[in-house]
Amino acid sequence: MSWIDKVRNSIPFIVKRETPENLWYKCPQCGAMTFLKEFEENQSVCPKCQFHARIGADKRFDQIFDSGVHTPLPAPAVREDPLKFRDTKRYVDRLKAARTATGETDALLNAKGEIEGRRAVVGVQDFAFMGGSMGLAVGAAFVAGVEAAIAEKAPYIIFTAAGGARMQEGILSLMQMPKTTVAIQMLREAGLPYIVVMTDPTTGGVTASYAMLGDVQLAEPGALIGFAGQRVIEQTIREKLPEGFQRSEYLLDHGMLDMVTHRHQLRETLAKLIAYLVPEAIAA
Amino acid sequence: MTFLDFEKPIAELNARVAELRETADAGAIDIEQQVASLEAKADKMLRDTYAKLTPWQKTQVARHAQRPHLRDYIAGFVADFMPLAGDRAFADDKAIIGGLGRIGERRVMVIGHEKGDDTATRLKHNFGMAKPEGYRKAIRLMELADRFRLPVVTLVDTSGAFPGVQAEERGQAEAIARSTETCLQLGVPLIAAIVGEGGSGGAVALAAANRVLMFEHAVYSVISPEGCASILWRTAEKAADAADAMKVTAQDLLKLGVVDRIVPEPLGGAHRAPAVAIAALGAALGEEIDALVALDTATVRQQRRAKFLAVG
Ligand SMILES: [Zn+2]
Repeated sequence: MSWIDKVRNSIPFIVKRETPENLWYKCPQCGAMTFLKEFEENQSVCPKCQFHARIGADKRFDQIFDSGVHTPLPAPAVREDPLKFRDTKRYVDRLKAARTATGETDALLNAKGEIEGRRAVVGVQDFAFMGGSMGLAVGAAFVAGVEAAIAEKAPYIIFTAAGGARMQEGILSLMQMPKTTVAIQMLREAGLPYIVVMTDPTTGGVTASYAMLGDVQLAEPGALIGFAGQRVIEQTIREKLPEGFQRSEYLLDHGMLDMVTHRHQLRETLAKLIAYLVPEAIAA
Repeated sequence: MTFLDFEKPIAELNARVAELRETADAGAIDIEQQVASLEAKADKMLRDTYAKLTPWQKTQVARHAQRPHLRDYIAGFVADFMPLAGDRAFADDKAIIGGLGRIGERRVMVIGHEKGDDTATRLKHNFGMAKPEGYRKAIRLMELADRFRLPVVTLVDTSGAFPGVQAEERGQAEAIARSTETCLQLGVPLIAAIVGEGGSGGAVALAAANRVLMFEHAVYSVISPEGCASILWRTAEKAADAADAMKVTAQDLLKLGVVDRIVPEPLGGAHRAPAVAIAALGAALGEEIDALVALDTATVRQQRRAKFLAVG
């Protein structure tokens, strides 16, 4: 299934006309209609209001790597449905549905390639896959991404997007917080940078582990980033939340990020960071 | 003592015993026999109930208001405790208490959540829900222990980290992430005990340990059963089902390899005989410290990291 087909089937904002060339994207923030082709050429950012739409791994790899050229890394095999979990639906059925809808096996994908001629391993979390949630597969993929970076003597760059831990894997999803942290320590000890780019949304246990441990912390504009959910906070404090609460710009103001970077500037910003941070002896 | 809903039949038997004792002439033989028989029945009922507590019942036991709390454990098995305070940046968060002390002959750093026992202390300790400054205090104390080669013991008892606007502003997620990272970086042994509730990231931030102990009726989970139920079942009423499905008990977590040792509780839970529970935990922690204290810095760190890398 092509990317456009996937989007057409899963995103309601696209208004179908007779031919593919006539597909439109309707911005959920400002309502502007843009030709899908134009919207995509603009890296899935609304040309009118700069709203950054959520994108999956394929699109992200295309945007970040030189000419989009990259080698996908294999997804490590993990135990499936370790708790035999069932709520109103069986977890295995939810997994199956997510796989059919996205064409991926789980929520985190890695690829290696070059960014302005410099080696990098990049991981992308896809919110479309069960809310990007972190379970065994995401934890294992994160560790595999770090190991690949160490083998390549390259930085590991992670694009986070997650509603939090995958509840259907119970305590094992919680254990991915220390597990991914160990991987970051391995990367650090190898003298390689760990760069985080937070995208919309990054919340819960993902924020409270690898998303907040970057040597450098970036975020896309307007991304929701936080630990606790807004509804939970409202119920606890019983007052209205401040304007822009838990958005990228708010986190920048409160010292939690180094920069908020427009998608159009991400590639060159990452390239610059790699050039500064990767020791020349290693980069050679 | 406060009885839990599922203990109602036991409470009724106990009430009947008390009533008989009060109304009967002291020493009357037939009454004594009746009392003895009722007491035996209540005892058996308690034993049977606690032998097969459901995950949701265990959650209620783990949250029982009269269950021992951090300060009871410290009073019970930490000698010469010297509390230390503050994160040196913002405040002293009393949801997390820590300090120097001795367990047996060993000098240690003890850190844990304190929930409080009555309205005044619950407010003072914010019900055991820590803010970023609490985790940053824990980080400071762990690093202090590391510099002076003191093993670290953490006692986990929290429904979770505090969800609030200011906590988010000051970096709740970052503080939890760094605390977990500090646990994994220590060159001294870290032993964690889940003594009541181990609630999500707010718990794991103190529990990424070489050895994780857990009380027989404690619970440890990625989200509260109510929270899980309201998201997946769309009603908090299904909390019992969520507790079942998530595998939150010490027995399940031992099987999953997340917990290393279960510390038995007195019959009917730690709140029925706190001194017994406290002594059992103190003895278990002493053994664990003794077993790890000889390891060198690199080995103790490596052992801890290998353990969490292997989870899966
Ligand atoms: Zn727009």
